[in-house]
Amino acid sequence: MGWFKNALVQEYMEDKLAVLGLLVFVLLAIFALMPSLFAPQNPYDLTQLFLENSFQAPNSKFILGTDEQGRDIFSAIMYGLRVSLYVGFASTILSVVIGFTLGLISGYYGGWVDTVIMRIADIQLSFPAILIALIIMALWGAGIGKIIIAITIVNWVYYARTARGVVLSEKEKDYAQSAKALGMSKMGIVFGEIMPNTTAPIIVIATVRIAVAIILEATLSFLGLGVPITEPSLGSLISNGYQVLFSGYWWTSVFPGIILMVLIISINLIGDRMRDIMNPRLKR
Amino acid sequence: MALLEVKNLKTHFFTRKGLIKAVDGISFSIEKGEIMGIVGESGAGKSITGFSLLKLIDKPGRIVEGEILFDGVDLVTQTEKQIQKIRGNDIAMIFQDPQTSLNPVITIGEQMMEAILYHHSDVSRKQAFASCVDILKLVGLPAAAERMKSYPHQLSGGMKQRVVIAMALLNNPKLLIADEPTTALDVTIQAQILYLMKKLSQDFHSSLILITHDIAVVSQLCDKIAVMYAGRIVEYGSKEEIIFDPRHPYTKGLIACLPKLNDDQERLYQIPGIMPTLLSLPKGCYFKDRCELADSECDVYPPEQCMGERRVFCHKVK
Repeated sequence: MGWFKNALVQEYMEDKLAVLGLLVFVLLAIFALMPSLFAPQNPYDLTQLFLENSFQAPNSKFILGTDEQGRDIFSAIMYGLRVSLYVGFASTILSVVIGFTLGLISGYYGGWVDTVIMRIADIQLSFPAILIALIIMALWGAGIGKIIIAITIVNWVYYARTARGVVLSEKEKDYAQSAKALGMSKMGIVFGEIMPNTTAPIIVIATVRIAVAIILEATLSFLGLGVPITEPSLGSLISNGYQVLFSGYWWTSVFPGIILMVLIISINLIGDRMRDIMNPRLKR
Repeated sequence: MALLEVKNLKTHFFTRKGLIKAVDGISFSIEKGEIMGIVGESGAGKSITGFSLLKLIDKPGRIVEGEILFDGVDLVTQTEKQIQKIRGNDIAMIFQDPQTSLNPVITIGEQMMEAILYHHSDVSRKQAFASCVDILKLVGLPAAAERMKSYPHQLSGGMKQRVVIAMALLNNPKLLIADEPTTALDVTIQAQILYLMKKLSQDFHSSLILITHDIAVVSQLCDKIAVMYAGRIVEYGSKEEIIFDPRHPYTKGLIACLPKLNDDQERLYQIPGIMPTLLSLPKGCYFKDRCELADSECDVYPPEQCMGERRVFCHKVK
């Protein structure tokens, strides 16, 4: 098992809390990837829902209770987890690709290219993220693809700024100069030489920002501007239950909320550990 | 025809604080197979001269005047695309610090093969690998084939500098510019590397420009020496002339500064003062404030005095 001998993996394993975070995350990810294997009910399939089961408190048949349509909350959480994770990962990958590329170009070329890209980023950062996402979703309407694009538009800025900062210091180093002296083109230097040296901070930020993306999606869904009602995410489940929360049906809202919290905490634990092991200044 | 002929080259930096004439009208030429040394203090414009030859000057700097005739082609007027074909192919450069001039996250082999494949699209990866191993053996790196898989941090400073030299030689360049190639190395390794470079430049029939602040290094290796001071060449000639019969007071000072083992002197000779900053150069001869011979005559910049191939810029040389 050469993989376990990898120095980074071993270093990661030294922090027990981070290992716990990783285990919890993997468990949730398995549920999210294959909900049909574990869920007692398909919450999207209306023929499996029976109204006489509505608003049942957690019991042996429905371990986390049911909502007003008799939908099993446990199953709904698994399917909702899938939507939340999908939106979180897809938007993060998309914003890394866009932000990283723009940041590299901006940092290496400088001049007006840099000015244009970074001023757009500054303008965007001067608005709260939720406001930008709200405006976009209000204009476009609900939809998974649309919410991914909206979160990408909010999040690319962070990768672009980080990448630019690292490139500014990397491009002055001798290896970049000597690559130039070897006759490499600017694009070759940026993506062949400098990019491999800037991935560490990007990976760290990406792990932390996945959590932010998931929260943003949950927030938008809670406000009714996120994913469509037919494909509820954790956010829309919370929102759904919130309407009857004070009627005593607390489980409809509280359990999806707890799962969302556990998911975010586990991702943050992973992100914190990644930051520690990838930061050369914290190396012992 | 000389391989490289530099005529009145001027590289200026347009900074906010003012105009810095880092290289201000220098001329020299190198024949095929010749080794030339550029000597001077820090900030004399040696490295900028080297960078200018490859047009590696970044903003706010710019080559404002002069010609760099390489094989009869003026590099100054070439476009960036044309220069890219020359860099690393016809003219290669070795940088000062081997610790930083290799990319830390890419293996040695990958970096070297890249240097070949970038210029020769017809070479296969297998062929490139083979020629990389060959050249690593040539520069004396033990277990060359295994070293190809190493990352730079797994090698010592001397080994890294050998890799850097090997990388510069990969495409069999006609001209090699070495910018203080041994400054970052131990004294014991220095001599090895220098003689390796001399031997390789002979084997490959390539010319070599050695940029250094160490006149002792230059006196060992070079055929020709240019002494630079504050952006200008103050003395230029063959090694014998410069080392054994220095004319310019600055060159004399540099040679007198060298420690000698059989010397009982308590203190080493020092050239008084420091080089003026390029932002506020004195009127007349730049060296006059530090020169023992200076008088009113030196308030005008000295004209070039030719003695055969040799050139000196000093009023006091008659």
